[in-house]
Amino acid sequence: MIASLHPSLLFFVGAALLWLLPLIGRRILILVVPAAAFLVITQLDSGTFGAYQMFGFDLNLLRVDRLSKAFGYVFTINAFACFLFALHLKGRYEHTAALAYIGAALGAVFAGDLISLYLFWEVMAITSTFLVLARRTERAYGAAFRYVMVHIFGGLCLLAGILLQVNATGSVAFEGFSLHGMPTYLILIGFLVNAAAPPMNAWLSDAYPEATVTGGVIMTAYTTKTAVYTLIRGFAGWEILMVVGCTMAIYGIIWAILENDMRRILAYSIMNQVGFMICGIGIGTAMALNGAVAHAFAHIIYKALLWMSAGAVLYMVGKSKCTDLGGLYKTMPLTMIFGTIGALAISSFPFLSGYTTKPMIIEAGVHEGFFWVWLILEIASAGVFLHAGIKFPYFVFFAKDNGLRPGEPPRHMLVAMAFLAFVCIFLGVYPQPLYDILPFGAVDFHAYTFEHTLNQFQLLMFSALAFFLLLPLLKRTETISIDTDWVYRKGGRLFVTACDRFFNGLNDFGDRVFVQQLPAALTRFFSDPARSIQQHGARLLAEATGDEQPLAKRQTEIEHRTKHLAYPIGASVFLAVVFLAVMSLLFFL
Amino acid sequence: MDTEKNNKKPEVWNWFDHPQNIRRLKIGFYIVLVLLVLPDLFMHKHTLFSSVEAWPGFYAFFGFVACVVIILVSKLLGFALKKPEDYYDR
Repeated sequence: MIASLHPSLLFFVGAALLWLLPLIGRRILILVVPAAAFLVITQLDSGTFGAYQMFGFDLNLLRVDRLSKAFGYVFTINAFACFLFALHLKGRYEHTAALAYIGAALGAVFAGDLISLYLFWEVMAITSTFLVLARRTERAYGAAFRYVMVHIFGGLCLLAGILLQVNATGSVAFEGFSLHGMPTYLILIGFLVNAAAPPMNAWLSDAYPEATVTGGVIMTAYTTKTAVYTLIRGFAGWEILMVVGCTMAIYGIIWAILENDMRRILAYSIMNQVGFMICGIGIGTAMALNGAVAHAFAHIIYKALLWMSAGAVLYMVGKSKCTDLGGLYKTMPLTMIFGTIGALAISSFPFLSGYTTKPMIIEAGVHEGFFWVWLILEIASAGVFLHAGIKFPYFVFFAKDNGLRPGEPPRHMLVAMAFLAFVCIFLGVYPQPLYDILPFGAVDFHAYTFEHTLNQFQLLMFSALAFFLLLPLLKRTETISIDTDWVYRKGGRLFVTACDRFFNGLNDFGDRVFVQQLPAALTRFFSDPARSIQQHGARLLAEATGDEQPLAKRQTEIEHRTKHLAYPIGASVFLAVVFLAVMSLLFFL
Repeated sequence: MDTEKNNKKPEVWNWFDHPQNIRRLKIGFYIVLVLLVLPDLFMHKHTLFSSVEAWPGFYAFFGFVACVVIILVSKLLGFALKKPEDYYDR
């Protein structure tokens, strides 16, 4: 039974049970669910289970192999830490959304076919929106709305792709796609929207920083990493992903450097790190894919740690802008230490988890002889240290003292951070357990050669030197940076304004001409056509001859004549003959 | 200018407020930088793409230049991209 129990089921049942239990029961439940799910995943046998039928297809809810298990492990470990961090919450609302969201992410990872994947994919998008809405601010409502709209767009691309794929191949199997064409491109776009690849990247840095303290921590792990999983499963070795990945790695750095909000800095560093993974998927060799999985694993842990330290600051201080923060090491030393461990881990500082995973991807690129990939990823490695490794802890915990003296966050938050910090150090010092669960063959990678470690230290320390020498250029300003969400935030409004101007202008013009002026003119004309024609003719004649003297006299004459119907007989007869001639001509023609 | 490097645990909570500590940190930092490049002079280094990589201190130079370029590029982009905080509310 336990060898084929779906781990998502625990989360969904947990989400329902929350509404029946008192506070203490809920607190136990949210810790027990991820722990139990972790145990269940360790016990799962390889194979496919949970068969059901829909639309005449044989579908499977549970596909267990080393790849889905690796993501399952880290999803549940991280869920445990996140719920420990969120233990202080008394309401049911956020925990329900979080449990359902994580359950759906696990469901997507373990889904055995495209249709099951799609179902969980959409549940994930909707449940995560509630973690943003739970902040209950005007800005959060706006961000949540944009977030869900972008994900619905991505979901629809995915759905269209899946339908075309099923139509073209007759199969709902979710394996590596080899066919390049409309169906797979649409599926790829659907995945890349969730991976926050440009130009559909702005939802991440828009919505995550507006989420609640704990919601932000939870969201960082699942949406983008589920996308990484699906890309590994479906698009390993697609070369375009190398370009996408390198772009993301650099893009994330530059925008993070411009940013002032600490959680937005961390949001952009997610994009940067996911860029490394996607680049690895694009390289597509066993080592690169192993590197992508390992890096996703390590990344989820240290990124959650970073968001927790930022969340702890936000929870205690209520501020998240670097210009308002600073000097917090004085009263939050433990949070500072944990945050710095996360910051060094993301920078792939030796003896921390980033160092034993990220270089795998770069080395795999070197093995394949991709010079540009190596160059860009090394530049990005230096840049990570710049924006996440130093900038985040420096401006939040050091820099200018803004007089904030908040004190440490509640103990359960510190314990959660300590747990993740321990995992970061553990995986950095002893990565073998992680290497052992990697799905694509044995790992032939040694991070700790003297030369490699020395090179890495040089790279990072001189990046730090550049940071401190150019500190005046990095001064925080009270600004936001426009990103591709400009298109639908400002561009959308511009579009509406432009449409308003153009179409309503057209409408006004039509109204003026066709409803008011033209009928009025016609009414005037047809009220007495004979007089109108004659007067017009007289006016034309006068203009043509230039002799305007008799015009007024003639006008009154015409007026008088039509009013009293006093036309000369001769003229009437002449007109009658003319009209008869015209009619007979028309008749004979 | 101060560095939090190598000082995860401040003994006194306002440790970084003392100028002499910052000076010590700075000196320590520069010593570390020199020590990191020093072994390059005495060891044989492997190269991946170009012999340039074997030059002493290549990665140090690479990291420094990469970061300077990144900072300058983002500074320039900042002129176009940075907007007041109420930009989207207007």
